[in-house]
Amino acid sequence: MSGDDKIHLSYQVEGGDLTRAGEASSSVKQTLRKLGLDPAVIRRVSVCMYEGEINMVIHANGGLAMVDVGLDDIVITLTDFGPGIPDIDKAMQAGYTTAADSVRDLGFGAGMGLPNMKKYSDDMKIKSIVGMGTTVTMVINIP
Amino acid sequence: MTVQELADTLQLKEFNMGEPDRTAEGGYCGDLLSWVMGRAVAGGAWLTIMSNVNVAAVASLADVACVILTEGVQPDPPLLARCRAQDINLLGTEMSTYDCAGKLHALIG
Repeated sequence: MSGDDKIHLSYQVEGGDLTRAGEASSSVKQTLRKLGLDPAVIRRVSVCMYEGEINMVIHANGGLAMVDVGLDDIVITLTDFGPGIPDIDKAMQAGYTTAADSVRDLGFGAGMGLPNMKKYSDDMKIKSIVGMGTTVTMVINIP
Repeated sequence: MTVQELADTLQLKEFNMGEPDRTAEGGYCGDLLSWVMGRAVAGGAWLTIMSNVNVAAVASLADVACVILTEGVQPDPPLLARCRAQDINLLGTEMSTYDCAGKLHALIG
């Protein structure tokens, strides 16, 4: 552990390549396993992180994923410089999607990504500026 | 019931058995990956006709005990390679998703 009792992980997520999507999430999962965290917590972090990673790959040409592992919680911060989200409330609706058909053919783009992230995190905040990018912060508490 | 016992009982094709002794309980059927991420049961069986490489990531991160490709679907080569690399249990059957789920329900709930 570093001086502030947290482990900091960061990943560059490549855009466009869905075959590689999930590499950052898998790496986080492995690290959390080594740390001996509760499998239920690891699964929640994995779902949140993977959905966010997929979103960055599909919509934002990639981005930066940072994970801060503390004693009480895990904070995931996803930052991209993509097109932004014009209507966050609408984007949060289950089933709403703007994904291309090519993405949907692979089984993605069902409009469940953001709802899943909200469901599996204890707190989620989205900051987005159209034309500038989006930052999603998710907190998963460690019981 | 372990994944190996499940495969033997239902005569499933074993594309990859990375963790044959893992216990499987419950399951989920679905092809839309975010639905699976959100709804699949940890430690359960996941029945799908989706066979691209992303199935491996979802299986691993949603922490399912095994993936069963139904309806005679074959895994794409990159999926098979990823499952081998990550020790993911990947099975297959000619059964329909409905029939396979029915049999699984009787065995592992």
